[in-house]
Amino acid sequence: MKAKRRTGLVFFPAFDWAISETHPEREERLLYTQDQVFEEGILDIEGLVEFNPVVATVKDVERVHFCVPEVEAVLTESHYIAAGGCKAIADAVLGGTTECGFALVRPPGHHAMRVVHGSRGFCNINIEAVMLEYMRWTYGVDRVAIVDTDCHHGDGTQDIYWHDPDTLVISLHQDGRTLYPGSGFPTEMGGPNALGTTVNIPLPPGTSEQGFLYVLNRVVLPILEEFEPELIINSAGQDNHYSDPITNMNFSAQGYAKLTEQLRPHIAVLEGGYSIEGALPYVNVGIILALAGVDYSWVREPDYDPEQIRQDSQVDSLISGTCGKVLELRQECALRREKYLGGSEFVQRNKSVFYDTDGFLEDQREVVRVCRECAGLMRIDSRAETGYRILGIRVPRKGCPTCQRLGRQWFESGSVKAFDKVYLQDCVTDEYQVKSA
Amino acid sequence: MIVGLDVGGTHTDVVVLSGKEIVRKVKILTAQDDLLCTVCNGLSEALRGLVPRSIQRLVVSTTLATNAIVQGQTEPVGVLVASGPGINPYAFEIGQHYYAVGGAIDHRGREIVPISDQEVLDIATRLRSENVRNLALVSKFSVRNPAHEIKMRDLLVDDFDHQTMGHQVSGQLNFGRRIATAYLNSAVAPISQPFYRAVQDCMEQEGLDIPLEILKADGGTMEQVRSFQYAVETILSGPAASVMGALAFADSNKEEVVLDIGGTTTDIAILVNGAPLLKPLGIRTGGYNTLVRGLRTVSIGVGGDSWVRLEDTSLKVGPERRGQALAYGGPEPTPTDALITLGATEGGDKQRAIQGIRQLAEQMGKGVEETAEAVLSETCSLILEAVNALVDRVNKTPVYTIYELLEDRSVVPTGMIVIGGPAKEFAPRLQALTGWEAHVPPSYEVANAIGAAVARTTCEVTVLADTDRRFVCAPEEDYLDSIDSGATKKEVIRLALDLLRMKALKMGASADDLEMELLEDHEYSMVQGFHRVGRNIRVRAQIKPGLVGLYRKEPA
Ligand SMILES: [Zn+2]
Ligand SMILES: [Zn+2]
Repeated sequence: MKAKRRTGLVFFPAFDWAISETHPEREERLLYTQDQVFEEGILDIEGLVEFNPVVATVKDVERVHFCVPEVEAVLTESHYIAAGGCKAIADAVLGGTTECGFALVRPPGHHAMRVVHGSRGFCNINIEAVMLEYMRWTYGVDRVAIVDTDCHHGDGTQDIYWHDPDTLVISLHQDGRTLYPGSGFPTEMGGPNALGTTVNIPLPPGTSEQGFLYVLNRVVLPILEEFEPELIINSAGQDNHYSDPITNMNFSAQGYAKLTEQLRPHIAVLEGGYSIEGALPYVNVGIILALAGVDYSWVREPDYDPEQIRQDSQVDSLISGTCGKVLELRQECALRREKYLGGSEFVQRNKSVFYDTDGFLEDQREVVRVCRECAGLMRIDSRAETGYRILGIRVPRKGCPTCQRLGRQWFESGSVKAFDKVYLQDCVTDEYQVKSA
Repeated sequence: MIVGLDVGGTHTDVVVLSGKEIVRKVKILTAQDDLLCTVCNGLSEALRGLVPRSIQRLVVSTTLATNAIVQGQTEPVGVLVASGPGINPYAFEIGQHYYAVGGAIDHRGREIVPISDQEVLDIATRLRSENVRNLALVSKFSVRNPAHEIKMRDLLVDDFDHQTMGHQVSGQLNFGRRIATAYLNSAVAPISQPFYRAVQDCMEQEGLDIPLEILKADGGTMEQVRSFQYAVETILSGPAASVMGALAFADSNKEEVVLDIGGTTTDIAILVNGAPLLKPLGIRTGGYNTLVRGLRTVSIGVGGDSWVRLEDTSLKVGPERRGQALAYGGPEPTPTDALITLGATEGGDKQRAIQGIRQLAEQMGKGVEETAEAVLSETCSLILEAVNALVDRVNKTPVYTIYELLEDRSVVPTGMIVIGGPAKEFAPRLQALTGWEAHVPPSYEVANAIGAAVARTTCEVTVLADTDRRFVCAPEEDYLDSIDSGATKKEVIRLALDLLRMKALKMGASADDLEMELLEDHEYSMVQGFHRVGRNIRVRAQIKPGLVGLYRKEPA
């Protein structure tokens, strides 16, 4: 058996790590997936190469997050390794060893936002973002698309790339009115300097293969074509599966494989998916085979019955309406951008973030500079119920001299009396500083 | 006294050991078209004049099964596979009589789709009409539940000669390899069965009344009786014989490399704590990946007879062999000629050797001796490159727990054991290049036969307990029992070690050679809703490859 595309695989089930013994994010999560992957002999397929994860560094994390009070305090070894698994795949793909790759790692990351006070939606750090910024610094990658096909809105990824016009973030997910985290509506399209590079396509409960592939072809692929990314990353959550215990969708292993085949991501990263016996073994095998270009037509769940999970016509029309709206809203981006440029220099957004795993709230005031030259300087004033208040300042990767100069000034004048910590991410120079009293 | 016999590609070596002393060494030419004759002649020459009763053990290692597979001279095998969902079962097609049948078992061992009797019987009718006498019966996840393989066997047992069921060949997960291994077993059993019976007859004629033991690819032995059922385990025992021979001289506290430098190839293996490293899943032979336990060896096309020439301006050694060394009448210069030129070794026609090296020297614009040295250092470099690549691969073996990933278990060799024809001449050069201490054991030229003689019986068992579904099984041993919902890992480990001990004794092990080792012992909580419903416990244990009592060196 031979792969049509050389495919890298990091398979790291972290059999010795759990949030708690009975938590969905526990040792057993990838046990049956490992059984299926081993029994199928996937690692014997010629052109499929397995890598061990590397361990991500503190700097890899600092490039992306403001961790409170510091990186070491909010991460366990498992998080460094999950992000490191993504890095190992990035090295394989960008180093030319393989054409594409799949980081089958846990715990997931797409709910982790720029500021990290703790764990949200089982995520502490955003492993895709840590990988992407590593790739930008190590391999000079610029324009990248992240397509999030987890059932939950990838709100962390959206938050991190909200102001970045070089990162297209497309999320397909179950309608936020019916599922955690409750966000991801079509009107959420990015900040003033990056309008249109955030795309949200909420789907009604009961969406099946038909609906997902429809959205892919009507909205996702055309937008990708227009954006022309150098790389496509797929946040390949598997909780859209009809057997998933915490969601309400009707997707299948065949559907996931077809979606992967049509999307052709360079790098796929496992996100959620908690039907550990009935879905994950089959979905993961389907995704791996589809990535590698190996026949996946025999991959199906033992209880798969396409008639049982067919979506009804009401779902059809809801999805088609949403797609129409998404495309329509995109037309308005240019005009809105003009308005911002004619308006005030700084734009503020206020946010409340709930950390469901640890059970506390965070309040944020985020200010971004509307800039013609770059993605715009940004500052976040964040206060959490844990008692911490921090100020984070970020000069974007291709920041202009004005934004960079101003960012340094903000950092210097940031008061260590008012804030427990003041952070500076200068992504122009790849320097990360923190000060405190 | 114990006897070891190793059939090689060119020579067959026999040694008789009394205690740690070699009483007799015999080297004869191998007749590839009549291995039986080779083995019997070797034995009778080695045993001549010895009292048959004084021989307590006899182990042979042959190329019989490997040759049959590589040359495609095996018996036809009907392969029936019940795959269920996953990779297209026709991707694993093997042999001329391959059938995918209905029937599915899932990863927990639950039946999803039953076997259809009629479908199986119809295929059997067809196989009989095509004169197929042997079968391989394999289902996906049969190591979790062998019911479908057993069902097929029960339907077909009366109408065929050999049936290999997939769960008997290994307890490891890997459907494709299970199919290939079961197929190969049924393909070589009809050849090896009469062969080893004939060897046993020949032993009887020599007056020996002991069971014949056969060397396996993992460097362990098994009694001939068992080999009927497990014929496939005898493939690729050649490299294992040499490694086990080297092991007799290994430093058990060190990580060492074994180099067997032959005429055409050099075989490389790694010893850690006095035991050779095994392949993670199984060996590859004749283009097939298998589940046959085997030593983690690599073979490269560099040896004493490798073809030496200039390509552009750089010196190339191997991988091709054009014949013997010039000094022995061959057509092209070789590393052996370089050794002879330098006076490092005697033999053959020295002038022819020098002449060949001189020609190279003139083309390179260098001196004759300098060129001979260059040939040798290129040869050593190629060998060491392969050694480093192997060590690197071993150190990059995938792991699946945080503990293993963060724990640095890298193999860092600090010594080497060099055997094979030119071992003595190469060892100091290899030592100079690496700084690793290089040993050349005494009688290094018959290390392979010594290895066969002193290797102990090895085997492996895999046990799975599912306290939610209340069963414990060891599929290879045909063991299935119910288990208490509160069973612990400790109990499962104890069971695995009991099964292992019984298996080893049945295979011919002596009770004081049972060095058991856990290869895997994992335990997972199985949760439904937010409650633990049971434990999934997986234990794999082996008798480590090693040496029989007297030859074992205890770690210092
Ligand atoms: Zn999710
Ligand atoms: Zn700017």
